[in-house]
Amino acid sequence: MDKTVNQKAWFLVLPVFLVVAFSAILPLMTVVNYSMQDTFGNNQFFWNGVGWFKELLDPSTDLGGRFLDSLARNLFFSAVILAIEVPLGIVVALSMPREGWSVAACLVILALPLLIPWNVVGTIWQIFGRPDIGLLGYTLNHLGMNYNYVSNEFDAWATVIVMDVWHWTSLVALLCYAGLKSIPDAYYQAAQIDGASRWAVFTAIQLPKMNRVLLIAVLLRFMDSFMIYTEPFVVTGGGPGNSTTFVSIELVKIALGQFDLGKAAALSLVYNLIILIVCWIFYTVMTNAGNERPAKQGVA
Amino acid sequence: MHSIPGRRTIMVLFLIFLLLPIYWLVNMSFKTNGEIVSTMTLWPHQPTLANYMRIFTDESWYSGYIHSLTYVVINTVISISVALPAAYAFSRYRFLGDKHLFFWLLSNRMAPAAVYALPFFNLYSAIGLFDTPWAVALAHCIFNVPLAVWILEGFVSGVPREIDETAFLDGYSFPRFFVKILVPLIASGIGVAAFFCFMFSWVELLLARTLTTVNAKPISAIMTRTVSAAGMDWGLLAAAGVLTIIPGALVIWFVRNYIARGFALGRV
Repeated sequence: MDKTVNQKAWFLVLPVFLVVAFSAILPLMTVVNYSMQDTFGNNQFFWNGVGWFKELLDPSTDLGGRFLDSLARNLFFSAVILAIEVPLGIVVALSMPREGWSVAACLVILALPLLIPWNVVGTIWQIFGRPDIGLLGYTLNHLGMNYNYVSNEFDAWATVIVMDVWHWTSLVALLCYAGLKSIPDAYYQAAQIDGASRWAVFTAIQLPKMNRVLLIAVLLRFMDSFMIYTEPFVVTGGGPGNSTTFVSIELVKIALGQFDLGKAAALSLVYNLIILIVCWIFYTVMTNAGNERPAKQGVA
Repeated sequence: MHSIPGRRTIMVLFLIFLLLPIYWLVNMSFKTNGEIVSTMTLWPHQPTLANYMRIFTDESWYSGYIHSLTYVVINTVISISVALPAAYAFSRYRFLGDKHLFFWLLSNRMAPAAVYALPFFNLYSAIGLFDTPWAVALAHCIFNVPLAVWILEGFVSGVPREIDETAFLDGYSFPRFFVKILVPLIASGIGVAAFFCFMFSWVELLLARTLTTVNAKPISAIMTRTVSAAGMDWGLLAAAGVLTIIPGALVIWFVRNYIARGFALGRV
């Protein structure tokens, strides 16, 4: 807005550009190169043009079927966890204690799951859900539910979703809490004088103030759930059958399991492209929201 | 702050939900395998430290923690030091392609690790860094550097421009202004950014596992070894898991007062 134009600023950005370019552009070029070729091992490559891409987008082929299925599963998964985590995170943020030592205690416990290595998160839930040695699995089975995440598709899905809610709701809650903290007390006093209901306070004061952080939360949660790999892989290994095989799991299977470099590379590019588009939409919305704010305040 | 009815109950229930699986892991780590498999006990009836002892005495186990901490620290130092000047540039100046560059950085934070696993393997093998902490540290830069820039940009924008101008009028050179004035002013922001770099590097497994075999293998990858011919060594697995939670818990304790603002990436 009131930034000065200074092309020398590029020198300040150069280190970042070099570091990220080294780990982003070089590997991506390899991927593009592979995606156009076929290999039969021994480092022999054959030109395949756009063959892999055609196959990838055609659900009747093996590759296309696997890709589109895992994509559908992944989108469903992202939708479910967003639908649970965002409202739950808001509720938890609104339930935070107001002051005292309990604030720090709650913050630390909330942040704890975020700092656990992802495969350990998987291990925790793998153990916790086991019918023989896990508290959850044992209790559910003794209550008469036939819960087993290894053999039952629905149970596997439920476990993966509850695990993600356990793992990431805190992130949404902490973001919302930060948004709520920034609301001056005067707003609430004004609302009280106006006799506003609690719901009105929520929709007219708290929600608009949380707008920006919620946008960040949705962006981060969508992206991270869209590329989820480690946690479900540890718990279910993508099974039973293919029922919890998400896009990243499918990709690693093809790339590092079967060493089908061409197919894996084509899948990678399409996968990246989807992420890039979603990212761009969010980025545009976010920068627009940032630019509108001062204007609105000016009118008021 | 106005809150909702029944907030204590909600909070307590949610915290129990968060802590119960962790408690179960801690509980198991103090049990013998016999007790784990044969009975269902809510707390260890024959508490043992054998699982922890094994990790602390066996080099192939504890070296995993050293490897993990090494690449996490290298990564955090690189990320913060390259991100600081860039954050300042993005916050203060307009320059050719700045918006596109920022978006490109952001898009790398979102790139799936699975896409990069194989090309990174090729790249780091080719330049001879494979199986060193440097390979993992550099690979993790792809998502940590953009994040650090994003967070620090928020904090730098919170510093009034007048401070820059006054410093330059007082005859401060740019590097001196940067180190003596700006860095102390955004110290908490640097702490938060370092916390996030630490966090995302510490929790990542796929790239760390792909880029290492023996000499730099992270603890989280070593954990998968507990499957042996005699079946799963659950107690050992649980103990190793508990030990991976501790560094995170310590770091959280240090930044607890900034956590909320940090998670909002300095943008509240």
